[in-house]
Amino acid sequence: MRSILRTSDPIVRSVAALCAAGFVIGLSFGAIAAAAHIPLVKIVAMSVFIYAGGAQFLAVGIVSAGGGALAIILAGLLLNARHLPFGLAIGDVIGDRTATRAVGSHVLTDESVAFALAQSEPAARRRAYWITGLGLFCTWNVACVIGALAGSAIGDPATFGVDAAFPAGLLALVLPSLREKPALRVAVAAAVVALVATPFLPAGLPVLVALVGLVFALPLPMRERVTS
Amino acid sequence: MTWFAIGALAVGTYAMRLAGPLLRSRITLSETVKRYLSLSAVALLAALIATAALVEHGGFAGVARASGVGVGAILAWRRLPFVVVVVAAAATAALIRLLL
Repeated sequence: MRSILRTSDPIVRSVAALCAAGFVIGLSFGAIAAAAHIPLVKIVAMSVFIYAGGAQFLAVGIVSAGGGALAIILAGLLLNARHLPFGLAIGDVIGDRTATRAVGSHVLTDESVAFALAQSEPAARRRAYWITGLGLFCTWNVACVIGALAGSAIGDPATFGVDAAFPAGLLALVLPSLREKPALRVAVAAAVVALVATPFLPAGLPVLVALVGLVFALPLPMRERVTS
Repeated sequence: MTWFAIGALAVGTYAMRLAGPLLRSRITLSETVKRYLSLSAVALLAALIATAALVEHGGFAGVARASGVGVGAILAWRRLPFVVVVVAAAATAALIRLLL
C-alpha cells in the first residue's frame, strides 16, 4: 500500500486512499454479517454479486430485525435505483463492446461515477472509471471475506473515522464541477431536498427525489432580461 | 438471508446498473440531454454526500462525522490533494470520537 500511495499517478494514489477506507468498511460488513449468523458462502455471494455496500448493510440489518426476503429485495432495490441515472450519465465512459459493458456495469458505484466525472478528457474518464471500479471491487470482496473470518475481532470502523472519509472523498471529486453556476445551484438544491426528505422517506428515495434540484439548471429568463 | 433474496437483489441491482450504459449505446442524445444527465449525476452525488455526512438511521449522524466531512470539505475547496482530504476527514472524525 505504501508504494501505491507513493506512485506519481494521482488517480491511482487517490483510488488507493479510497480503497483503504473501503477495506475497513468491507471488514466490518463481513464481521457484522457473520455475527448475524449468515454463512460465509452467502456473505461472499452478497459482496460479489450484489456488490453495493449500502444495500448489503441494509439487508443484514433487516435479517437481524427479523425481516423477510421481500423486505430485503424491495429496500435494497430502492437504495440501488440511483445506479440507473448514474449509468445514463456515464454510460459512454464504460465502452462499447458487449463484454466490456457487462463487466463495467457491475463495477458502477458512486465512487467510480464520481472519479470519472472529475476528469475532463474522455480517455482520462475511462481510465479513472476502470481503475476505481476494479480497485474497489477487489478490495471490497477481499475485505468482506477477511471480516467474516475474523468476526468479532474487527472493531467498529467508526473508530477510524472511515464513515467521514467517503462523503469527504466524493465531495472532493464533485467540487470541480461546481465551479459552473448552474451545477452549483443544482447540487445545493439536491442536498437540501435530500436532507429535508430523509426523515419522511425510506432509504434511497430521498436521493432520487433530490433530482428535482435539476430545475435550478434551467435558464433564468427574469435575470437575463434584467442584465440585457 | 435466503438465496432467493440474495439472487433477486443481485439480479435487480445488476439490471439497474446495466440499463444506463445499454440505453446510451442504442440511442443518440443531444448535447442538451447529455448536459442534463451529467447534472443529474452531480445532483445524486450532492444528495448522497449531504445525507452520508449528516444522517444515520434517520437522525443526526453526530458531531464527529459532520466535523470530519467539514474539515475534508475545506481542504478540498483549498484544492489540497485527494489523499490529504480523505485522510484528514477520517482523522478528524476519529480524533473527536477519541476525545468525546
